[in-house]
Amino acid sequence: MTVDPKTGTDVRLDNLHFSYASASMRFDAVFPAGAISAVMGASGSGKSTLLNLVAGFETPDSGRILIGNEDVTDLPPAARPVSMMFQENNLFAHLDVEKNVGLGCSPSLRLTDADRAAIAAALSRTGLTGKEGRLPRELSGGERQRVALARVLVRNRPVLLLDEPFGSLGPALRLDMLDLLREVQAERSLTVLFVTHQPEDARRIAEHIVFLAEGTVVAADRTKTFFGEGGPQEFKHYIGDEITNFARKRT
Amino acid sequence: MSQDTQATAQADGFLVATGSDGRLLAGAIALLGIAVLIGGAILGLLLEGVRDFGGALAAFDSYLFRIVWFTLWQAVLSTVLSVVPAIVVARALSRHPTFPGRALILRLFALPLALPAIVAALGILALLGRAGLLAVPLSALSGGTWPGIYGLSGILVAHVFFNLPLATRLLLEALDTVPSDQWRLASQLGMRSLSTFRLIEWPAMRAALPGAAGLVFMLCVTSFTIVLTLGGGPAATTLEVAIYQALRFDFDPARAVTFTVLQVALTVLVMLVLARLGANTAVDANLPVTRRKFISPGYAERSLNAGIILLALAFVAGPIAATVVAGLSADFARLLTEPAVRQATTTSIVLAILSALLSVMVALSLAAARRAAAAKRSKPARVFEAVAGTGAGFVLVVPPIVIGAGWFILLRHTGAVFAVAPAMVVFVNAVMAMPFVIRAIRPAFDAAAERNDRLCAQLGISGWNRTRLIDWPALRGPIATGLAFAMALSLGDLGVIALFGSDAVQTLPYLLLARMGSYRTDDAAGLALLLGLLCLALIFLADRFGAKGAS
Repeated sequence: MTVDPKTGTDVRLDNLHFSYASASMRFDAVFPAGAISAVMGASGSGKSTLLNLVAGFETPDSGRILIGNEDVTDLPPAARPVSMMFQENNLFAHLDVEKNVGLGCSPSLRLTDADRAAIAAALSRTGLTGKEGRLPRELSGGERQRVALARVLVRNRPVLLLDEPFGSLGPALRLDMLDLLREVQAERSLTVLFVTHQPEDARRIAEHIVFLAEGTVVAADRTKTFFGEGGPQEFKHYIGDEITNFARKRT
Repeated sequence: MSQDTQATAQADGFLVATGSDGRLLAGAIALLGIAVLIGGAILGLLLEGVRDFGGALAAFDSYLFRIVWFTLWQAVLSTVLSVVPAIVVARALSRHPTFPGRALILRLFALPLALPAIVAALGILALLGRAGLLAVPLSALSGGTWPGIYGLSGILVAHVFFNLPLATRLLLEALDTVPSDQWRLASQLGMRSLSTFRLIEWPAMRAALPGAAGLVFMLCVTSFTIVLTLGGGPAATTLEVAIYQALRFDFDPARAVTFTVLQVALTVLVMLVLARLGANTAVDANLPVTRRKFISPGYAERSLNAGIILLALAFVAGPIAATVVAGLSADFARLLTEPAVRQATTTSIVLAILSALLSVMVALSLAAARRAAAAKRSKPARVFEAVAGTGAGFVLVVPPIVIGAGWFILLRHTGAVFAVAPAMVVFVNAVMAMPFVIRAIRPAFDAAAERNDRLCAQLGISGWNRTRLIDWPALRGPIATGLAFAMALSLGDLGVIALFGSDAVQTLPYLLLARMGSYRTDDAAGLALLLGLLCLALIFLADRFGAKGAS
């Protein structure tokens, strides 16, 4: 598929049904091209399931997933124009940094000179130059997620799915990663679906918010609108609860 | 994304899809193989039962009831004699985490499980037999000539030698599940030894007791080698040995069918009871790690416990030491150059390697199929997952001698019965080792799959690439452990080869039995030492690989 590097590719969920055990979910949503959309909602609202459906790890009962104008509903994960970063386990523990990134170029790790150059560039972009030979266990949590991001860069797919990838990082490190993510996103015009629990993360980097409750989209709008006076009531409740919880913990 | 990468990505995606079906196929083939092995045995038994129904019925005589009675009686006695002392020994070991040489003692307690039964039997004879190391002092003690240990007493000593350490380790594991906070609390409340036992240690052990006792009972009901070598004559014969005698000495297949059916019924019954008790029927060779206990036993208790531990130690170490001492008196220079010995050693090792490879392949296929089926979420997949998951446990219901007997009867007219010996040994031992191999491999396999499945699907790493880059590095440790363990089991097995062995196809245990039978005791002792060392070396390797895999 061809991607306009300036505008990117949008992601559309068209009447997507998914059920597992007693949970039944139904998604209708558009994630605008070349922008970061935060996917928010309480635990169990279906955020991760939504990402897994787009990535191809879950198969919907009915409905379609469109990326750009292509129907990817029946494509296996590796054939979809998406990369995904998980909260952890983004790296193979026994392979060093360079090989972990290299798997983004070639699943058989047979790398050409051009691949090696791309890997070096991605590592330099993510601030990992000099750490090519390290194993994941010799890296900090933040560095590991940088390696995963470097692999996203060499894979060069237009859509990036992030399932709370910075959830286990400390506050300062998280802000660093958010900024790096925003820069990379802008350079490549990536369409990013970003699952997060932190309202301030969404406020910092997301242009749009899609808010889920009980397996369905209850609100979707610009971030400004969400946090403004006329923001959706459910969202206010959700972040209100968070703030009270926060306050309770402090006292 | 370019057109080109899109195409390869799609091709890889296709591989992911069919790759998962490949895993299901491998699992189905493995299950089919097991089914054919067991089904063929059942077919042989059925055909014979139908052909000579009268003969099978005629086997229900007083001799049969005596055998069944003896089978159960010796198992009950063995279980009581193993488990009751184990409670005391486990408690003593648990209360003295800093007992000198404690780790070594626990390691020694893992030895009997690794030792081939025939080696242990020989060790016990070398110690307590009529010409054993202890014969002279025992004669003096009993005021006559020591008659040697045979029959029920010999069987019991051997079973306790195997199962006392096993039960001790199981109970010690149970004691180690007590949270350290409870020990701290007990010490703070000033609980004395007896109240600690009543309120903390006994409840923890009681929970594990039915499982441990059930497992020991099961092992004793299906014990073949010990009864064959130490049991004497019709007075001390169990069903398994009776099957062997009916086939190899009396040439009475109809009788063997009846014995076999009864044996299977008995083991199924025991397994059902075990399942109800929630027993863990696959024993693993892990050493329990003991946390700090905050206990300060008094001087009297300390000496009592030390005495108990030393007694248990002597009981376990005695036959092992006797094996070594008796073995060293053998004429190794002659033994090792003897063609029969060389031939048997080669045969044993080749068969053990084949059997271990097969066992690991089956275990891997079942683990992969279970994983693939679990991802599918459909009902048939759910059933398949359950079968692939618990299928391993079923084989324990069918003792090797039973499978061997069925095939022996099925093939006895074809003239191929002794020619299939190598294949029988390989297949049966592979299946028998499978539960243990699965225990070595599946946790690592599942953990690796859990970590890597999505990532591999996402990056299009599949097929040979996945095996080479991802799975092999994660699984080679557990695979090596499984291989070594299965090899040790196969090397020491006497069940199938006792039925199918002949002058043409001999393994080390078979040769050992033959030398024992012809009273070439020194040769037998030398071979036992050789076999024991081989198996221990393998178990040691298995342990090493396992430890490496865990780090």
